[in-house]
Amino acid sequence: MSIDLQTVKKIASLSRISVTEAEAEAMVPELNNILGWVEQLGEVDVTGVEPMTAVIPNRQRLRDDVVTDGNVRDKVLANAPQAEHGFFAVPKVIE
Amino acid sequence: MTDLTDLTVADIRDGFRAGNFSAREVAEAFNSNVAAAKALNAFIVETPEKALDAADAADKAKAAGEPLGALAGVPIGMKDLFCTLGVQTTAASHMLEGFVPTYESTVSGKLWAAGAGMLGKLNLDQFAMGSSNETSYFGNVISPWRRGGGDNAALAPGGSSGGSSAAIAARLCPAATGTDTGGSIRQPAAFTGISGIKPTYGRCSRWGIVAFASSLDQAGPMARTVRDNAILLEVMSGFDPKDSTSLDLPVPQWEANLSSDLRGKKVGVPKEYRPDGLNAEIAALWDRGIEWLKDAGAEVVEVSLPHTQYALPTYYIIAPAEASSNLARYDGVRYGQRDLPDGAGLQDMYAATRAAGFGPEVKRRIMIGTYVLSAGFYDAYYTQAQKVRALIARDFELAFEKCDLLLTPTAPSASFALGEKQADPLAMYLNDVFTVPASLAGLPAMAVPGGLDAAGLPIGLQIIGKALDEQTVLNASLAIEERASFTARPDKWW
Repeated sequence: MSIDLQTVKKIASLSRISVTEAEAEAMVPELNNILGWVEQLGEVDVTGVEPMTAVIPNRQRLRDDVVTDGNVRDKVLANAPQAEHGFFAVPKVIE
Repeated sequence: MTDLTDLTVADIRDGFRAGNFSAREVAEAFNSNVAAAKALNAFIVETPEKALDAADAADKAKAAGEPLGALAGVPIGMKDLFCTLGVQTTAASHMLEGFVPTYESTVSGKLWAAGAGMLGKLNLDQFAMGSSNETSYFGNVISPWRRGGGDNAALAPGGSSGGSSAAIAARLCPAATGTDTGGSIRQPAAFTGISGIKPTYGRCSRWGIVAFASSLDQAGPMARTVRDNAILLEVMSGFDPKDSTSLDLPVPQWEANLSSDLRGKKVGVPKEYRPDGLNAEIAALWDRGIEWLKDAGAEVVEVSLPHTQYALPTYYIIAPAEASSNLARYDGVRYGQRDLPDGAGLQDMYAATRAAGFGPEVKRRIMIGTYVLSAGFYDAYYTQAQKVRALIARDFELAFEKCDLLLTPTAPSASFALGEKQADPLAMYLNDVFTVPASLAGLPAMAVPGGLDAAGLPIGLQIIGKALDEQTVLNASLAIEERASFTARPDKWW
């Protein structure tokens, strides 16, 4: 399947990346080339094969349900583009 | 007097302990090489004072007769993908320009605790996405190598750990950290005539490393000798409760158990790695490698990894999918850049921030990842890729019923000129054809230099081992190192 300009714009929007018209147009052949190439995977017979989620067998560990971290508010905020009154600040989202 | 910057990690460690030189002398020698090599653009941030502080601490501990760490007196370079407390960490992106972590990554913390000093933060492909170091926001790293015959074209140091590979080859540091998602330690090592190992997935903690593709990302060392890699890997490895995929296993004594005697070992040579049109010099080196391993006592058998041709397309679905998810964190709210156009709302701010903060290759991969995970396409792309990944891993399991390790080339060619493959993302992706399969299977794999091609550029071999069998990987690499006698180094032009 090949993707068109509208699809590129939709992917960009889902990715939260703003693109200009010219950028979106340039991406159409680029993304089609890559997607066309990966589509060869469709020819592999995967009957009965489970999707691989972990490459090395490992077990999920549980730890004791106790506080091991915290009280580092200033460190958490230290790299924020805008921090006010001990919070991350963003543009107004509710009128 | 010996130039201290020509010494290996083992030489520095042992010479410092023997009192042949002070740690401060070593740090000053490397600091001065770093300061004189701006033309390579290998470092994003230089930290000469950190190297000196660690050296002074080592000298003081030695004078006081206190116990010394495994890397006391050894200065190293740190790939700028590892968060370092109080030192800018960018992943070579504009997005993280100015980001100063308030914590230390587990792996870098282990190295400092062992007495290593930091020479600086090494340049890389942006968010580790690239094979030539041409996607860094802070400019290309230039390989110290040049083709012979007066050809002064700037060459790629490989990627993504290209700052690490260039710096080691140019004697700016004796060793450095790298990370490997699809070949980012091994391919740059091959391009610059050094060694590097990606251990089994889960050996090194990923905590504090800027994430690219979490099911593939693995840290590892890069250095000029196999022994030096063993020394660093021992320090870098180990269980970390802060990484849920960290393996809770003891760290073997890889250095103490190094042995190039391969009697009783079977080496598999996968036939699918020799496609029609394989570069003749790479093929010839591979044949020499087979003879070297036989000479070391190993038996050589042909094996088949039938799904090899699907490894790259599988990788280029799985890695972008995981990247699109991991990089969702860069939202202009908690850290990194923010671009807030006049009158913009929150959604506009996200989109503007990410448009300004990510380079073209990063955007391309996020968008591919978003597409293959989107409703209606998830099963056709992502689930299918996860199933093919299982088949690729099974290929290795079956091959390892017949042999103990695999020998392959590391990269399909020697280094290429900067700009040569920039125009076509797909051509660039093909550089990882020999390294990606082991990444998908989580296996330990090492690059070791084998010789020079006709243009005078390094080419290398790769050893792939069974899961958790780094020892055999290191030992076979040592057998090659001893027989290849690779002593070539780039002529200083920078």
